Amino acid sequence: MHFAFDQQQLEFRAQLQAFSHREYTPGELRAAWDSPTGWSEERWRALAEMGVIGMTVPAAHGGLGMGPVDLVLLLEELGRAAAPEPVLETTLLGVPLLLAAAPTHGELVARWLARVAQGTAVLAVGTSTTAGVPGAVGADLLLLERDGEVHAVEPVAATITPRRSVDGARRPAQVLWQPSPATLLVSDAGRRGVLGALGDRAAMGTGALLVGVAERMIAMAARYATDRRQFGKPIGSFQAVKHHLADALVRVEFAKPAVYRAAWSLAEGDADASVHASMAKALASDAAVLAARTALQVHGAIGYTWEHDLHLWMKKAWALAAAWGDAAAHRARVLEAVAGA
Amino acid sequence: MDLRFRPEQERFRAEARGWLEAHAPGPGPGRGAGPLPSLDTRAGFEAHRAWERTMFEARWSVVSWPEEFGGRGAGLLEWLIFEEEYYRVQAPTRVGQNGIFLLAPTLFEFGTPEQQARFLAPMAAGDEIWCQGWSEPDAGSDLASIRSRATRRGDLWVLEGQKTWCSRGAFADWVFGLFRSDPEAERHRGLTYFLVPMDAPGVTVRPIPQLDGETGFAEVFFEGVEVPDAQVLGTVGQGWSVAMATAGSERGLSLRSPARYTEAASRLVDLYRRCAVQDPAVAARHADATARAVIDAEAYRLHTYWTATRVLDGHGVGPEASMNKIFWSETDLLVHETALALLGTEAELLDGEGRPPPWLDGFLFALAGPIYAGTNEIQRNVVAERVLGLPRA
Repeated sequence: MHFAFDQQQLEFRAQLQAFSHREYTPGELRAAWDSPTGWSEERWRALAEMGVIGMTVPAAHGGLGMGPVDLVLLLEELGRAAAPEPVLETTLLGVPLLLAAAPTHGELVARWLARVAQGTAVLAVGTSTTAGVPGAVGADLLLLERDGEVHAVEPVAATITPRRSVDGARRPAQVLWQPSPATLLVSDAGRRGVLGALGDRAAMGTGALLVGVAERMIAMAARYATDRRQFGKPIGSFQAVKHHLADALVRVEFAKPAVYRAAWSLAEGDADASVHASMAKALASDAAVLAARTALQVHGAIGYTWEHDLHLWMKKAWALAAAWGDAAAHRARVLEAVAGA
Repeated sequence: MDLRFRPEQERFRAEARGWLEAHAPGPGPGRGAGPLPSLDTRAGFEAHRAWERTMFEARWSVVSWPEEFGGRGAGLLEWLIFEEEYYRVQAPTRVGQNGIFLLAPTLFEFGTPEQQARFLAPMAAGDEIWCQGWSEPDAGSDLASIRSRATRRGDLWVLEGQKTWCSRGAFADWVFGLFRSDPEAERHRGLTYFLVPMDAPGVTVRPIPQLDGETGFAEVFFEGVEVPDAQVLGTVGQGWSVAMATAGSERGLSLRSPARYTEAASRLVDLYRRCAVQDPAVAARHADATARAVIDAEAYRLHTYWTATRVLDGHGVGPEASMNKIFWSETDLLVHETALALLGTEAELLDGEGRPPPWLDGFLFALAGPIYAGTNEIQRNVVAERVLGLPRA
């Protein structure tokens, strides 16, 4: 039992943190909202150069051959930065779907893995349970589930209608497409556990993003409460404000180890990995929604404006809290698993 | 990162489980005479003391202490494993917990070798049960405003004043607590940490019945109580920092091991399952709360292993202990409130002897959690000021 990240993992995070400070300024984030895809190709290439994008691609295909435990801290940082690039979709979800393909697809898989590792391909993942396919706008390959199968569909073969999300960086597109023997990547994906694993990875990874989003909002609110003065004092000196923020912080603090444990269980193929992922998502979703609500209340009216940056994170929290199963859905899964109900 | 236990840790777990299953009084068949009577009665207190002695003789009472004081020199993780097994068999509440979990870490840190030799083994054996003397009638959350005094007379200290809400105070043998040794000093300065036998001349105990009707705590009066220097813990005048070490143990890892909550949560799941068969509509109404309780208990367990790893890697635990205290106390309440909700109108019923049955008893106990060891409001202040860096009032 050693529940901690190793030096290499912490250094990777520090490297990404430095990148975030430089690249993810509020101005850049707002520019992303106004861009066609919601994210930037230039940053995508920079993240790929750093090794982030190709992290889960096997070394034989030019990646780092790492897993969820290596990635989880990076996702947390990307959440903290409100990074719009679809790293979760490509690196945590898309790559393992490519790797789950039958050996007969070896050539196609190898080609896409290499492109992901080079930073020249973006993957989007959609299932029949989600309202839209996030990241489909600007994606180079769509990995789409239908009737228990996973298909690899090139954007030219689909009709992609972008929809705007409350989080202006997200483009949960409607994707119309026809499955065919030529697009089939993984047959029997449900029974083989590929779809279950996809949902578990998505829950864990979204939980990691949410933890970072939540921590950032609490930090913003704590800073604001220290600077803003009313009644002749910083508002952060009032207990009502302190207690709001302390409660929000406690919920995030206790969500984090659950997210890290879920990452470990997924990496190890633990028999309870699904339950662990659901616990992580339930805790992280609630923590982020509480942090958003708290941060807004602490900021008061200024936090309610479009001009203030808080909403860039707050809206991400709402969107991600509902993505890949909200807290209540994951709690129901947990109860079903532990109580057989 | 590796969340597996090592083979020797699994062997330790198996050994603890084997011994506890064979010896620990508790519910269920083959468990001796069943659960012990309430430790807040004289007879129950003595039965719990005897259990401490049984554990001590098999060297299970304080596994993490050095062998010379009756322990096994086990590490932090082994202690957590032991606790998981202890709660799994629903073994008796540790009557000596104020001593072994709160005072002992402070004695190891601040005690002289003579004090350690004098106090630790009898504490581990249950021969001397400790209660704590922090709060006073006018000093609760504002502990630094205590007024009980220690005055120098010859080579002795003379204690005067009154302590209250002393858990286990009705039947305990010794009390540890803070007294103002410098009448000129204010607040956190000029306080000294004393160890006092409850049968010393001048000590009077007035038991206070708690919410469950039993005398879980007491007021303790000090009138001209003479105490030698050997019973001062730490430096004279530095009692506040010594006391904060004890308080850190109370809020942090050592008093509230996660097994307590994960075990309660697993009994909650059993209750939910029965309810789902007998009255599915009731179960459905409380399904989400049940899941919340299960997940929070698990989150506390994971956070504990996360923190334990930090400690083992040489990092300290600071104001984060206050987050712990908020979380475990609220988790405890959530588990028990949910259980009572599942029980419905049955929840209010006392047993044949007029005592609260386990879930109600546990609920009454859980209600104290957000109050003792520094109210959760004080903890939120600590978190806000010392973790988030917000300005003091």
